[in-house]
Amino acid sequence: MNYHSRKLLRLNLAPWRMAAVGSLLLAGLTVVAGRAFYLQGLNTDYLQGKGDAVANRNLTLPAHRGQVSDRHGQLLAISTPVESLWARPAELRLTTAQYAHLAKVLGMPTPELTKKLTRKTRGEFSVKRPVTPEEAVKIAAMGVPGLHLRREFRRYYPAGEVSAHVVGFTNVDDMGQEGVERAYQDWLAGREGERQILRDRRGNTIRDLAPIKTAQMGGNLALALDLKIQYLAHRELAAAIATHKAKGGSVVVLDAKTGEILALANQPIFNPNNRRNYQPGPMRNRAVIDTFEPGSTIKPFVAAAVLERGLFHPDSVIQTPDPWRVGTKLVHDTHPHPQMTVSEIIQKSSNIGAVKMAMSLTPQQHWEVLHRSGFGQLPGSGFPGETAGRLRDAGTWKPVEQATMAYGYGLSVSLLQLTRAYMAFANDGEVMPLSFLRREPQEIVGVRVFSPSVAREVRAMMETVTQEGGTGLRTRVPGYRVAGKTGTAHKLVNGRYAADRYLSSFVGMAPASNPRLIIGVVIDEPSDGVYYGGSVAGPVFAQVMAASLRQLALPPDAPETATRMTQGTPPVLARVEGGRGG
Amino acid sequence: MSRLNVILALLLVACALAVIQAQHRSRTYFVELERLKKQARVLDEQWGQLQLEQSTWANLARVDALARARLGLVAPTQDRVHVETLADAP
Repeated sequence: MNYHSRKLLRLNLAPWRMAAVGSLLLAGLTVVAGRAFYLQGLNTDYLQGKGDAVANRNLTLPAHRGQVSDRHGQLLAISTPVESLWARPAELRLTTAQYAHLAKVLGMPTPELTKKLTRKTRGEFSVKRPVTPEEAVKIAAMGVPGLHLRREFRRYYPAGEVSAHVVGFTNVDDMGQEGVERAYQDWLAGREGERQILRDRRGNTIRDLAPIKTAQMGGNLALALDLKIQYLAHRELAAAIATHKAKGGSVVVLDAKTGEILALANQPIFNPNNRRNYQPGPMRNRAVIDTFEPGSTIKPFVAAAVLERGLFHPDSVIQTPDPWRVGTKLVHDTHPHPQMTVSEIIQKSSNIGAVKMAMSLTPQQHWEVLHRSGFGQLPGSGFPGETAGRLRDAGTWKPVEQATMAYGYGLSVSLLQLTRAYMAFANDGEVMPLSFLRREPQEIVGVRVFSPSVAREVRAMMETVTQEGGTGLRTRVPGYRVAGKTGTAHKLVNGRYAADRYLSSFVGMAPASNPRLIIGVVIDEPSDGVYYGGSVAGPVFAQVMAASLRQLALPPDAPETATRMTQGTPPVLARVEGGRGG
Repeated sequence: MSRLNVILALLLVACALAVIQAQHRSRTYFVELERLKKQARVLDEQWGQLQLEQSTWANLARVDALARARLGLVAPTQDRVHVETLADAP
């Protein structure tokens, strides 16, 4: 086909028209090619960035904080994701009907919600945190622009105030602030992971662009606490504080065989689930952080010291004329007797007897026994802020001070420290290291403080405290033999001992034949007229001990009361394996 | 010669289609994997919430109050407890 050869198709066109059209097309092509080159070659980073922004995502992989549970796996602290409702006022578009609906969903009065949402603020603010899952679903279904749900982890403490002082709490940034939450922050905290992904237009993840940094979940923690015993301790302490109108108090329950802290309760309490009204006072773990002068609860250590050196025997008779002068100070007894045996001195809590025993020791020897028992040293529980108490160096002791030290003034201890020291008597002279965490029995190595025979002798003396003629009659536990020591100390107020302010305490153990539990109780300023340790702290001890022994199903070791049955009522059967009871 | 070319071209097309197919399958599985991972996370969270709920219901203070008030239970006094000794206890 030759167009030029056909007459009809031959066009008589001027050559410049051909050239003009050709150059126009060429110019157009150049523009398009230039633009393409610009986009593909020169401006590529910008566009690539835009494209990546649509398809690529950097995700943070959430890691939650580990759980804290008691020794049987009962939850004490758990982190769980919750939704919270946030608003961005600039984008907010709500009809009146929607306001009403939202108010109904959130359970808020409409005017209040309207006021909250129409607030003129930049950025965004939280409307309600957290919202319940049901609320979250309804809000999401509304699809209001400017309102969005955000998911965050929140720490819950199911046991609430019962275990609050031990478990502690975290702040909004999930950092442990108090207690175990703080002590084991590194273990409990999770580490967030990260991954870069490519998404398709439906929002599905297509592939990973970089190796995934996996999230490290926080480790779980099993405490030594037994939640049931903890609850009992908490309940009985709270009841005692209320009856005696006291300022505060603490209970510590130790496993005498392992040194584990089975319960630790304080009053006043706080609710770790509600951090709104922050008050430092009630949050303090008094049993570990506060110190007090132990009063008569120190006397068994004096007795142990003199027995150990062979200076006295449990039946040695000591003249105890009331009053007794040491230097310029007159020492008095609450129940004076002209003479007592060492055992009776403990039973009736004689100050004069204790002083006379202590004065047979040099200050150095006296100090050494107290030091060995752990006074003036950190108890080693690992609890944040635990106190070492105060025990001055023996070189600085004046005779009067050594005398007052014999009945528990002039040194200070924490309840945890004191209860720990009693482990020496409970555990035939050996003190096990304290632990807030559950431990396997085989991994525990104890420290010998007294010889087994001295420990047993002192324990036998302390058993008479709870018998007829002792100061601790109200510490008896039916069915079990109990050994312990009462303490009633005047409080030091502005450098002077207040005549009418007391600290009532009791530390005891059961079953006395082979103690399994040690319970220390201290009540701060009972103010209903009763203040003796045996009457105020004693009943708390007895209640917690009785319930805990039942909880642990320990066989009774005082058979004569155990088998007593009321006639006509059928007995409740309690099966104790390997028991020796009658 | 030209027949070989045709065969190679067909092979090439077949390979290309296989690559597309493999790529597609890989994406489908990946999406499925992601979905299951997400489900695992959701279930994990649910488990946590159920644990929380359970421990809230089983709160000892609540159980104590209910046992006393609604069921009228009391702790047995010592004289109503009989301890049995198992002779051949393990």
